[in-house]
Amino acid sequence: MTISDKIVADLVANDVEFVTTVPCKQLAGVIDAVEAEKSIYHIPSNKEDEGMGLCAGAFMGGKRPAIIMQNTAIGVTINTLVTLTQYYRMPLPMLISYRGELREPVACQAEMAVHTKALLNQLNIPTYHFHKESDVEEFDTILKYTFMCNKPVAILTDASFWGGYGDQ
Amino acid sequence: MIRSDILKDIAPILRDQLVICNIGLPSQELHLIDDQPTNFYMLGTMGLSSSIGLGVALTQDKTVISIDGDGSVLTNFGTLPTIANNVADNYILLIIDNGSYGSTGDQPTYAGQKTSLTAVAKACGCENVIECQAEDTGKTLQAAIDSKQMTIIVAKCESGNIKVPVITKDPVVIRDRFMTAVKA
Repeated sequence: MTISDKIVADLVANDVEFVTTVPCKQLAGVIDAVEAEKSIYHIPSNKEDEGMGLCAGAFMGGKRPAIIMQNTAIGVTINTLVTLTQYYRMPLPMLISYRGELREPVACQAEMAVHTKALLNQLNIPTYHFHKESDVEEFDTILKYTFMCNKPVAILTDASFWGGYGDQ
Repeated sequence: MIRSDILKDIAPILRDQLVICNIGLPSQELHLIDDQPTNFYMLGTMGLSSSIGLGVALTQDKTVISIDGDGSVLTNFGTLPTIANNVADNYILLIIDNGSYGSTGDQPTYAGQKTSLTAVAKACGCENVIECQAEDTGKTLQAAIDSKQMTIIVAKCESGNIKVPVITKDPVVIRDRFMTAVKA
């Protein structure tokens, strides 16, 4: 089973039926796997705060949501996280590609990477960092935790976790 | 007619429906005119009324009406292609277009100048887009509900506000009673 298949299997096992995505090269495989999963309604969004609005609505409509996005999105979603997701106490698992970490080929990505954990920490968002492939074993427990406490929860997944970018 | 006149007019139609209401004065006015547990008031996050409403519509069967403004749609323009490509026939987006940012002091928006939200919605692929004058909003909205087809309504009205108190209800209370109404 690939990492992407394991992630989607855990989403399904935890009754996540509504997933919005904004693409990242690192996330291409898991986005394909979400799209292929029949029990999940996959709704690509044009910006991550829009996606969080869709997820808030899906939760109120009675379905468990999740968002898949890049860490640069933290820069554009702080107001939504604080005044929608957190203020109304809604659960939101955020599977985030952690660009700008080890094995990153694009220098500019490091600029947002250095702020990512600090921002999540400032927002009191529980944050997990997947660095090794075996870290995916914790994903199921993190989903259960998220829907237990009704909070946004961040899972940062770096290039090493996804197996790097191939030949550079 | 200004926005609050439209809301007074359509309140009897909204009463039986799930409503997601835009941040600021629109929510405060609706809360004052006819507070209902089926109303979800946005206390923050400008621009996401249409997105939240679409999420509710895609995940359950009851009719959902997102009340939005021209300024808020301009803030979250990406919402229109998402709506067009994820058709929910229990979803109505009602854009009350007064050509201004009402809650912040009536600064003009581009929708009141060269930009037509009706044309933009159509260009984004939305299939049932109806522009109406303020006084026709009620019958247009009722027809959209009865049609059971996803509809975008752009209701043109004058700029202006009435004095209304802020909403002091706890957000979790607003959310919880709305979710109870969804399940009822």
